[in-house]
Amino acid sequence: MTEPGDKIANDVFFDWLLRRGDTALVLGHRVSEWCGHSPVLEEDIALANIALDLIGQARLWLSLAGEVEGKGRGENELAYLRDAWDFRNLLLAEQPNGDFGQTMMRQFLIDAYQSQLLKALATSADNRVAEIAVKAGKEVDYHLDRSADLVIRLGDGTSESRQRMQAALESLWPYSGEMFKGDAVDQAVVAAKIAPSPEGLRTEWLSTVDAVFTEATLSKPETDFAHTGGLTGRHTEHLGHILADMQFLQRAYPGATW
Amino acid sequence: MLVVTVTPTYTGCPATAVINLDIETKLRSNGIENLRLEQRISPAWTTAWLSQEGREKLRKYGIAPPVEGTSKTGRISRLSSNEALVVACPRCGSDKTEKVSQFGSTPCKAAYRCRSCLEPFDYFKCH
Ligand SMILES: [Zn+2]
Repeated sequence: MTEPGDKIANDVFFDWLLRRGDTALVLGHRVSEWCGHSPVLEEDIALANIALDLIGQARLWLSLAGEVEGKGRGENELAYLRDAWDFRNLLLAEQPNGDFGQTMMRQFLIDAYQSQLLKALATSADNRVAEIAVKAGKEVDYHLDRSADLVIRLGDGTSESRQRMQAALESLWPYSGEMFKGDAVDQAVVAAKIAPSPEGLRTEWLSTVDAVFTEATLSKPETDFAHTGGLTGRHTEHLGHILADMQFLQRAYPGATW
Repeated sequence: MLVVTVTPTYTGCPATAVINLDIETKLRSNGIENLRLEQRISPAWTTAWLSQEGREKLRKYGIAPPVEGTSKTGRISRLSSNEALVVACPRCGSDKTEKVSQFGSTPCKAAYRCRSCLEPFDYFKCH
């Protein structure tokens, strides 16, 4: 079967797909860490459901990545048998959960970005990408509604919750710039009409986050400094710990199933 | 060979495997041995595909069926529109209900509570 994505070199397309899949996988794993620890039962259930959605999306992206790579690796090999430097997720996704507010702030910053990216990918020249984007986009819209709601409720809440949300915003903000910094991989997918340029997503993302921060009475940090590296495999110290936890079983008992 | 295409509701839905097993078991019990199940994600599953009969079965089970045209109920959409979602209680039929959480026991449902009969219930979200 010939897909329009054939115009792009397979290894470059593979890399770009890993960015989508790994961001969903690592964020999904982070969110799943709340299971059984959330402040109230409803939040616990909601977070577990969001984690499930994200891991479901990761499966679709990583399966397609394996297919494009053409070396016989599937979703499981890609998720469980690569080391940190082979992961291509956003640094923001691997940042620690912190308190509940910090988790919601991280989720909101990524949801607002994913929602815009997936909308654009719905018209990708590669059908397989468009299909995943439509499916995942419907789920991410729910996530965004909810994370925006909680950022507003906690930001415009008590002085304690407001101070915590402001602190979360300040510590996570420098990790948000990575979402909008394109490189050679992005140029290749833009040229193949597979995806939009990351820079082009920033204006609408800013209008979403500005509207929510205003209602949440939070002040957006002035700095434009951006930590980068996750998309090319240079991660913060946190990713190794996530993988140690997530991959332990397949590393200790190779091929185990149940 | 009979090929059955199955479209998952949500990508992470753990029931997908059970649904597949149910389909396969039912077909085999009807004497169809030569069959294969295929997952298809496009066109994306939507609650618009639920039949009237299916909706009625949900209600009878105690799950409020999706109210069409109301897929957005959170703050982002509320910033731009003020439409309120009216979900009738599946037990007593009252419109006096309120959302407890965007997510219920599964990703496809939200948790609601009836202010008339005071019972909690699941609402199948419009998707
Ligand atoms: Zn009632």
